[in-house]
Amino acid sequence: MSNPLLQVNDLVKHYPVGRTLSGRPKSVVHAVDGLSFHVDRGETLSLVGESGCGKSTVGRAILRLVDITMGQIVLDGRRIDDISQASLHPVRRRIQVVFQDPFSSLNPRMRVRDILAEPIRNFRLATGQDLERRLGELMDMVQLPRDSLGRLPHEFSGGQRQRIGIARALAAKPDLIICDEAVSALDVSVKAQVVNLLQDLQRDLGLALLFISHDLAIVEHMTQRIAVMYLGKIVEIGERRQIFGDPRHPYTVALMSALPTPDPETRRRRVTLVGDVPSPIDPPPGCRFHGRCPLAGETCRRIEPDLRQIAPGHWAACHLDDISAMTRDATV
Amino acid sequence: MTQFPSPDRTMANLAVAEALPDILPPIRRRGPVRTFIARHPTLVLGAGLLLLLVLTAVLAPWLGTLDPGALAPARRLRPPSGNNWFGTDQLGRDIYSRVIYGTRASLMVGFGVSLLSSLVGLAIGLVSGFVRWSDGLIMRAMDGLMSIPPVLLAIALMTLSRGSMGNVILAITIAEIPRVSRLIRGVVLSLRDQPYVDAAIACGTRTPMIIFRHILPNTLAPMTVQATYICASAMILEAILSFVGAGTPPSIPSWGNIMAEGRALWQVKPYIVFFPALFLSTTVLAVNLLGDGLRDALDPRMVKGV
Repeated sequence: MSNPLLQVNDLVKHYPVGRTLSGRPKSVVHAVDGLSFHVDRGETLSLVGESGCGKSTVGRAILRLVDITMGQIVLDGRRIDDISQASLHPVRRRIQVVFQDPFSSLNPRMRVRDILAEPIRNFRLATGQDLERRLGELMDMVQLPRDSLGRLPHEFSGGQRQRIGIARALAAKPDLIICDEAVSALDVSVKAQVVNLLQDLQRDLGLALLFISHDLAIVEHMTQRIAVMYLGKIVEIGERRQIFGDPRHPYTVALMSALPTPDPETRRRRVTLVGDVPSPIDPPPGCRFHGRCPLAGETCRRIEPDLRQIAPGHWAACHLDDISAMTRDATV
Repeated sequence: MTQFPSPDRTMANLAVAEALPDILPPIRRRGPVRTFIARHPTLVLGAGLLLLLVLTAVLAPWLGTLDPGALAPARRLRPPSGNNWFGTDQLGRDIYSRVIYGTRASLMVGFGVSLLSSLVGLAIGLVSGFVRWSDGLIMRAMDGLMSIPPVLLAIALMTLSRGSMGNVILAITIAEIPRVSRLIRGVVLSLRDQPYVDAAIACGTRTPMIIFRHILPNTLAPMTVQATYICASAMILEAILSFVGAGTPPSIPSWGNIMAEGRALWQVKPYIVFFPALFLSTTVLAVNLLGDGLRDALDPRMVKGV
């Protein structure tokens, strides 16, 4: 088996908060705290979790928009977390990003033509006639009319802007696109269009996607593999059917039960979590989820669980072998 | 307007709703000039007034003026009349001519200060916003600079060297630089965090191009607006400095100088002070109107299909 396209090993990102006069940080936010996963060529891995669990930081770290505190990011067998800005330049072409907010992710003063041409020129992919042809191609790919290349971003709707953002990501001919909540800000029908567009492009171009989202319905539709994050750590990772069909971490169970079912006849047991996510400045000892977990025992309060393999490709970080009590005892 | 076609439905593996037809209100056609005036009345009024003042300054010799420095002791302190439209001062100089020529001094100081302080402030603000370690240092220096009263600074400069227009501009510029650099620093800091800047970094754009392509153009609107306010306050400062005798040398007619000379007589001969004050107020008003208008007009969302 060949190397995965992207491999993240024990990624840690701490943000200092406040500084004393001597310049030492007063406290530290553990945004991402030891996280490992990989993305294969052409596959979609979803990173799901609540707001503030560190999903976006993972994306920004892979893009080298933030420097990581510890760990490794390996693209195609080569570490990219510690290389210089100069040697990073060719690597940047291979990882592109689509952001959540279609309004602030496009420079309001640049025309679509210049927005799309920017990566092409930066990576010297085309000039002159070729550039012009490529711009047309990109507009076709995202199903926008070619003659709107001369327009400014504010002339487009949210969904159209998001497609411009996707076209910009595609312009560099990347291997991996990080979709950071890329469809979360869109309304339902436009969301479906953009999701379908992403899937079609992925299939046609053989792209790998790292799909960062909190929207489980979209995640279920989009992806092959899912990683569930809680407070800077992966609590469960596996194939889609494993995560959705046989969740092995109480947090995943709670997350799944929040997903609405279209069939009104189905009565599902809803697991409602109490309390808030603990502060990432001072994460609780033991299992980070123990304060909100209905099944937490003494061990969970003291010892931090590692990811254990449950089935091939399916890993969960829970001390308990049987969490079926979670769904059985929960009130309907 | 081109209509965007609805996305191809063949891709649907999720159900996609049929795109609705675009329903746009009918466009009321007006001439481009009238549209602009209707949309930006303050901008047009401010710019019009200012243009008039610039023309006044440039065409001063041909506006029925006499030599603004010519003394005529026999005809001193005459009230406004057909010969001397704004009257004469205690040395018999024609106040109308002096006020018209004074426009030059005011505009030169106003434009000079706003241009210089914008350029320097922009550079300082960009460095401060982009080079993190320099930020604290630069901003504390700006705080220090801000704590010196501009009038005092000007007096000190005038004492150290000979009074001249250049020194007036320099003194006011130094006083105004902190305001611009703070503004630009704030804008740069907020722009740096915009997703489009992150996207540009991910697109392989290097830092100098990030600054020139993504940061600088988006600082120009707030900076232009700030420049007009600085222009207005520089004109007032120039008048104040001239009034206390630390500004434009008395040989050059400026509104502040005229008012300073008429100060002692303002209860008996109020016209000496009144006319330059009227011009000063009008100019400041024009510049402020222009600034307000620009603030609205420079919003990129107002740019219609070019």
